[in-house]
Amino acid sequence: MPKQVLSCTVNDEAAEVLVQPWDTLLDALRERMGLTGPKEGCGTGDCGACTIHFDGKPVASCLLLAMQARGHVVRTIEGLGKPGALHPVQEAFVKHGVPQCGFCIPGVVMAAAALLNENPHPTEEEIRYGIAGNLCRCTGYTKMLAAITEAAGAGAGRRS
Amino acid sequence: MRRFELVLPESLDDCVKALARHGSEAKLLAGGTDLLPQMKNALLKPAVVIDLSGVSRLRAIESGNGQGLKVGAAVTARTLELDRSVRSRFLSLAESGALVGSVQVRNLATLGGNLCNAAPSADMAPPLLALDAEAVITGPKGERRVPIAAFFTGVRHTVLAPDEILVELAMPAPGAHSGGNYLRHTPRRELDIAVVGVASQLTLANGVCTKARIALAAVAPVPLRATAAEQALEGQAVTPERIARAADLAVEAARPISDQRGSADFRRHLVRVLTRRTLTTALARASAS
Repeated sequence: MPKQVLSCTVNDEAAEVLVQPWDTLLDALRERMGLTGPKEGCGTGDCGACTIHFDGKPVASCLLLAMQARGHVVRTIEGLGKPGALHPVQEAFVKHGVPQCGFCIPGVVMAAAALLNENPHPTEEEIRYGIAGNLCRCTGYTKMLAAITEAAGAGAGRRS
Repeated sequence: MRRFELVLPESLDDCVKALARHGSEAKLLAGGTDLLPQMKNALLKPAVVIDLSGVSRLRAIESGNGQGLKVGAAVTARTLELDRSVRSRFLSLAESGALVGSVQVRNLATLGGNLCNAAPSADMAPPLLALDAEAVITGPKGERRVPIAAFFTGVRHTVLAPDEILVELAMPAPGAHSGGNYLRHTPRRELDIAVVGVASQLTLANGVCTKARIALAAVAPVPLRATAAEQALEGQAVTPERIARAADLAVEAARPISDQRGSADFRRHLVRVLTRRTLTTALARASAS
């Protein structure tokens, strides 16, 4: 089976990579572009560890074929903030010491950043609902909630 | 995932041609939230996958003449949840979209996928039954329309032939003084599958119900209407007593099974409770509109 050419925008740069028809977008990001921030937890859209922004919206990248990203705009955790210029959600996660094992964190941060972008001043209920699709096996949800609440107060929704 | 050939059509015509060429060897890929997990688990092993994401017509939402609505089969659950034209007059459909999976899944999962998978618990089916929607289907022999109540033929089976595609859902305008509501019961509040789902739609004129629709999910092999319950409301003023009577009649329409999500008796109880609640909300919305 011939590989296909995937052209899309990844973290603000034009990307062109060869992918197999059966590669998921998560496979392409991790294996072909070296972007290992998004993780494969379940592979079936239940855990949220692979959350990225697809045309600005949070999606499970394990449920998209790589070629479905043709012509689309993809952002991974690597493109959300930079060292020294972190996204407010990232800053708040550092300050509150949210990560434990860390595996779920890129997905949670991407879900939270998308939530604050759509809803800059969420209620606690809305924050809980916004990260309902992200599982943390360390069960560190209390600190996530505190950090996202603080990031919302710091105006995260007006950036990103 | 097993290897497959990936076809990337840019138009509905090309989709129909690809499907005609590959027939039952092919699977249509819309949101992928049901298809890809099944392919990863090797429950499905299509030789060909036809990706619908390049076909813009399937993602369109159109308000027609007379304020009816056409919703493309590849419109996402998240779009249904947020779209103003859907929320303003077809609120029960927006409510069902808001209940599917997580936001990461709702941004992918599609209306057509929910219907074509034909799970008895499909959340988007009852609102469409209550809104008198028609499925617009196309294939090599042209287009046909099927009332959504006749679209489902069994658990995971629909009227679609192997060479046909669901294009859109067409709904007539509910009219003035009409209101609807969809509710389901799940043990968890999010990311769960309905034990029972109920959609109601009431239309009023001069304090009398001119049209009632009550549709049930996860209580039979296919989503179904509780027609006796509807008839008990039509031509009457909708009172709490008549709502209670309709809820009792809706229970009689249900043919639930017992499984890991709930016993048949529990499901009948839920039909009564959710029918009463959705009718009460539909009545309030119809009165306010």
